[in-house]
Amino acid sequence: MSTVTLESATHHQGHGDAHHEHQHHETFITKYVFSQDHKTIAKQFLVTGIIWAIIGGLFSVIFRLQLGNPESTYPWLEDLLGHWAKGGKLQPEFYYALVTMHGTILVFFVLTAGLSGTFANFLIPLQIGARDMASPMLNMLSYWFFFLASVIMMASLFVQTGPASGGWTIYPPLSALGDASMGSKIGMDLWLISMAMFIVSSLLGGLNYITTILNMRTKGMSMTRMPLTIWALFFTAVLGVLSFPVLLSGAILLLFDRNLGTSFYLSDIVVAGKILPNEGGSAILFQHLFWFLGHPEVYIILLPAMGMSSEILSVNSRKPIFGYMAMVASLFAITILAFLVWAHHMFVTGLNPFLGSVFVLLTLLIAVPSAIKVFNWLTTLWKANIRFTPAMLFAIGFVSLFISGGLTGIFLGNSALDIHLHDTYFVIAHFHIVMGVASFFGMFAGVYHWYPKMFGRYLNNTLAYIHFWVTIIGAYLIFWPMHYEGLAGMPRRYYDFSNWESFKMFGGLNEFISVVALIVFAVQILFVINFFYSIWKGRKVKDQNPWNANTLEWTTPIRPGHGNWPGNIPEVHRWPYDYSKDGKDFIPQDVPVGADESKH
Amino acid sequence: METELIQTKNKIHPHKFTLWVAIGSIVMMFAGLTSAYIVKRNQANWQTFEIPVLFWYSTGIILLSSFTLHFSQKSFKHRLMEKYRKGMFITMLLGVLFITMQYFGFREFWNAGMTLQASVSYSFLYVIVGLHAVHVLGGVVTLMVMSLKAFGTKKKIYSAVPVELISTYWHFVDVLWIYLLIFLVMIK
Repeated sequence: MSTVTLESATHHQGHGDAHHEHQHHETFITKYVFSQDHKTIAKQFLVTGIIWAIIGGLFSVIFRLQLGNPESTYPWLEDLLGHWAKGGKLQPEFYYALVTMHGTILVFFVLTAGLSGTFANFLIPLQIGARDMASPMLNMLSYWFFFLASVIMMASLFVQTGPASGGWTIYPPLSALGDASMGSKIGMDLWLISMAMFIVSSLLGGLNYITTILNMRTKGMSMTRMPLTIWALFFTAVLGVLSFPVLLSGAILLLFDRNLGTSFYLSDIVVAGKILPNEGGSAILFQHLFWFLGHPEVYIILLPAMGMSSEILSVNSRKPIFGYMAMVASLFAITILAFLVWAHHMFVTGLNPFLGSVFVLLTLLIAVPSAIKVFNWLTTLWKANIRFTPAMLFAIGFVSLFISGGLTGIFLGNSALDIHLHDTYFVIAHFHIVMGVASFFGMFAGVYHWYPKMFGRYLNNTLAYIHFWVTIIGAYLIFWPMHYEGLAGMPRRYYDFSNWESFKMFGGLNEFISVVALIVFAVQILFVINFFYSIWKGRKVKDQNPWNANTLEWTTPIRPGHGNWPGNIPEVHRWPYDYSKDGKDFIPQDVPVGADESKH
Repeated sequence: METELIQTKNKIHPHKFTLWVAIGSIVMMFAGLTSAYIVKRNQANWQTFEIPVLFWYSTGIILLSSFTLHFSQKSFKHRLMEKYRKGMFITMLLGVLFITMQYFGFREFWNAGMTLQASVSYSFLYVIVGLHAVHVLGGVVTLMVMSLKAFGTKKKIYSAVPVELISTYWHFVDVLWIYLLIFLVMIK
């Protein structure tokens, strides 16, 4: 009776009777291209993200070739890149463009859109018990704005003067003056337009995620019964909705400076002996606006990985997650603190030392919720009956990387140390481990865990184990040595270190890193092959709940249609972590609480 | 059954909630711009300015338009469709008038030598007021579509949600303008 009422309540929202809808005739276009089904949109985000990840990863391999062997030439590189690699040697301008695009692609297109876009879309309705998002239309638009952003960014790779090359942080004046470098010309404009589209996409997505989580939960799914995945995706969306608009305003001012002759960021600049008329601007202003997004952005990337790892760790430990409320509270604390630490990226900009020390304090405070999370993950694993599925391995790998990368954050958060370490390979090592690779591990864990739900088939396990072990060992071999290079003062973004006496000793190490990077990249290709092969040829899922998990997505049919549940949406009676309780291995959320059942 | 209905009634409509989150997002954008303005103002070479006189008149217009939309929405609730249609149409016209006055305000400002490139403070005025006008324009387009729909006679039953959505948004851009006006007048 009650569920019938709930459904009629959602009816006027335009998708309540979706389980009738999927019987309607759907064309290829409405089913796979302009689909409004959150599951299809999730897959679109995932596949686009994978394509971008291959491109972004390939870029890093190409510039690692240069860093590993600065003297060598590769004739095939000229065939591939034309005048960007004259005589088989990467040109310095293009090296910088590659570094910039690698950062842009991985941070925004893969780990923001590819990660949140995929799993927020896929998991939110399934895990809270909704037939679709609050607004399937906005959701579809969110993907297509992302697609448009992708097309524009892709086009910028092929323009005559090359893509943007001011670094992924596009600091002015380099990014504000078209004459500053090759990559500051049309490539930079395309970058900004593409990012504006991207911001629209992530705002539309974020609005939908927040509304869906707060308004569309099934009966009994109180906030405190939500899986941690949903909590993490919720805070991610809040961060995005509040921080991306500030980047947009910064980007609008930059577009004005570039094209309409204003001087928001420009003052007293001399180019080739000529004094520019721009006066009164401040380049530091851009850094404030950029990092007000830029810092929350790293949590936009990291929180979904945290949420999914929490869920996967609990399922495969066959134990309730340790300290559920502490996990939620620490996510909340991270969300708040994320907005208050941006200036720790700017310690060397001449920031007032008093302000600097305030930002040091606030930055180091993030260690508290982070440590709570790590403690809870480890205690969840403690004395557990662990199933080492590929997803579980990646989730454990995530915890490992988060610890190693997080510890170096404490070094960098100190302004005194940061003066030495700023813009060195130490920073590269830190953020790649804690945010880049760790989030990738969260994403891989998510793909391995929910692949059976997405495609009704399993990924190949042998390939998955090879993927895991090579990637985790490789990631540490790549980034661990960079700490030493950074402590020795080796600066990031340089094209060739062989002319510096002080960095010559790292020649062999750089070559080693490049070789490992190549191997790790090859193994990612193996994953991509596994991913696409298994969609059609993977082992079929026969069990509705293959991981014996408690959450609602496993109560849907093996291949759910639009509307997710053919009948009524299940009612929720308990939290999602009733594992190994009262002698039972697991009790799904839709099982009513027994009379003599103990409390969790 | 009874209690279930009450429970769903108390829940805010998802689209309305989405709009509120979107408003939060727009607020953050203007917060970003106005804080940038404050940061810049404390640095050297800041030129103070008086806002164009026309902006005061346009403030009156947008306030008036909030009232007309409010009455239109009220009429809708009482199913006085004729009054509702008129209210919508007049609000839309006032919106167009507001944007036009902002444009002439800009012209007045520009012709007084305060061009976009002349000083950072002027650039800020153009960008902030211009972006606000873009948001009003979005509202005007929506009002236009809704007026056209309201004058179309085919549909007899209307949902109250779109009317409530546009009225929330319109009051928001009104309040946002009042904030920006006070900001630009007070902080020089």
